[in-house]
Amino acid sequence: MTEPMLEMKNIWVKFTPAHRPEVVAVEDASITVQENEFVSLIGPSGCGKSTLLRAAAGLEQPSSGIIKVQGQTVDRPGADRGMVFQAYTLFPWLTVKENIQFALKKTALTSAEKEDRVQQYIRLIGLEGFENSFPNQLSGGMRQRVAIARALVYRPKILLMDEPFGALDAQTRLLMQELLLEVWEKQRSTVLFVTHDVEEAILLSDRILVMTTLPGKIKSEINIDIPRPRRLVEMETSIPFAAYKKQLLELVREEARKSFGYQVSSGVA
Amino acid sequence: MASHLSIESSNQGPHRKVRLLELRADIPAGLYFVAGASFIGAFILIWLILTALELVLPMFLPGPKSVWLEFVRQIREGILLQDTGASLYRITLGWLVSTLLALPIGILMGNFRFFEGLFEPFIDLVRYMPAVAFVPLTILWTGVGDGQKILILFIGTFFQEVLMIMDNVKGVPREMIEVSSTFGLSRWEILYHVILRYALPGIWDTFRITLGWAWTYLVVAELVAANVGLGYRIMRAQRFLQTESIILGILIIGLLGLFTDMAFKAAYKRMFRWMDRKG
Repeated sequence: MTEPMLEMKNIWVKFTPAHRPEVVAVEDASITVQENEFVSLIGPSGCGKSTLLRAAAGLEQPSSGIIKVQGQTVDRPGADRGMVFQAYTLFPWLTVKENIQFALKKTALTSAEKEDRVQQYIRLIGLEGFENSFPNQLSGGMRQRVAIARALVYRPKILLMDEPFGALDAQTRLLMQELLLEVWEKQRSTVLFVTHDVEEAILLSDRILVMTTLPGKIKSEINIDIPRPRRLVEMETSIPFAAYKKQLLELVREEARKSFGYQVSSGVA
Repeated sequence: MASHLSIESSNQGPHRKVRLLELRADIPAGLYFVAGASFIGAFILIWLILTALELVLPMFLPGPKSVWLEFVRQIREGILLQDTGASLYRITLGWLVSTLLALPIGILMGNFRFFEGLFEPFIDLVRYMPAVAFVPLTILWTGVGDGQKILILFIGTFFQEVLMIMDNVKGVPREMIEVSSTFGLSRWEILYHVILRYALPGIWDTFRITLGWAWTYLVVAELVAANVGLGYRIMRAQRFLQTESIILGILIIGLLGLFTDMAFKAAYKRMFRWMDRKG
């Protein structure tokens, strides 16, 4: 019996903003992600899914609960967990190549090995020819590709992604989903992915966890039994996809409605 | 492609309309320069007319010619060089001392809430105190030498500079710091390799702006107990109603301030090319 890659047990995250009552962002959430599994966390905006992911990264201290990476308890950020944010986090003073290489600063690789590794990941994300470009010369989609390469290049055990395509336009978003799907199927790794986009989650995931609105609890868990390799267009027009989409949309919208605070009538009175 | 090109060429053509009052619209670089130069030119022209027609008494406003003659006299007698040297020395030292202290303290305040809480109330209190009011005290404390002038320049710049550097450092996006921690970097490595690197252009701009303020405090610093310096020369000229000397002093200070500002801006462009690189 091998240890799961990531194990979060009974996680509670509470915030106490100044002069305001305590907010429970995550309530008793437990998650396990097996090696090379792609798991998505979905839920309405502000449901605590990002907080839970940040807790996994060690960027948020849970009020209680245990987080283990391959059986080892972790309580702070480390190179075993890579992170991709929605906001652009590339270093603007470094080129594409230097940005990716920056993530290898603390590894024991020789400079030739680093050079090789960086080149390999630039190829993987299809940015050959842009090695010496600066981030502000790149489009939003290209920047996020570099951010993904930078999070993969030092081979963390888990990749944590917090709505990485959330700031992109719809067209680029689709292309990025395809690219991530391809990269991941080529080079399996363990991913925990946060999104509020149901289709994105179905397309990419082996398993989807749906969260409730605040306080965020894990409401249900759905396995996506669609064979790989998956292709976006074929998949999005398939019958199983539509069935998953219906099921998930119902789950998510029920929660969204609760937090929206307004009952939208769903039929004729 | 062809139509795209033709749009561009018609844009570059001689009949392009310049919309001066369009919100945020760009204007040709040449026009921008000419506008600035002619405003200064007009200013000088009015000065010339007022004085040439003797519409104003020369004692209140001497003409450009007598200011020029005063310039030649001060150069010939070596006064101007001596004054400029003394003032440059004081400004450089006052600003350097201020900067050397403001940099580490501002960085601490921008990164650690504790240091912000420790220093900010005190700094907020002091920065509204007028530097000129410290003149008698500084003389009591440090005597009448250069130390007193440097102290005044320090009081005038430090308390603003430290808050500006704090803000520069705080401008680093939180996610950029967080992502660096996932590469296994320690706090100090993140501070050095990420936070300072990101904040550097802003800090450099703060240097430029505070050095400009130091120039404006020069006269205050040389108000009392000085026997050389551009500010001293102005104060002395006041006593003898040598208005041409006052105007010359003001012009020299303005020009020297402008040159240092331009030097800082040029260095900024060279150092931070990545800031404005666009595809």
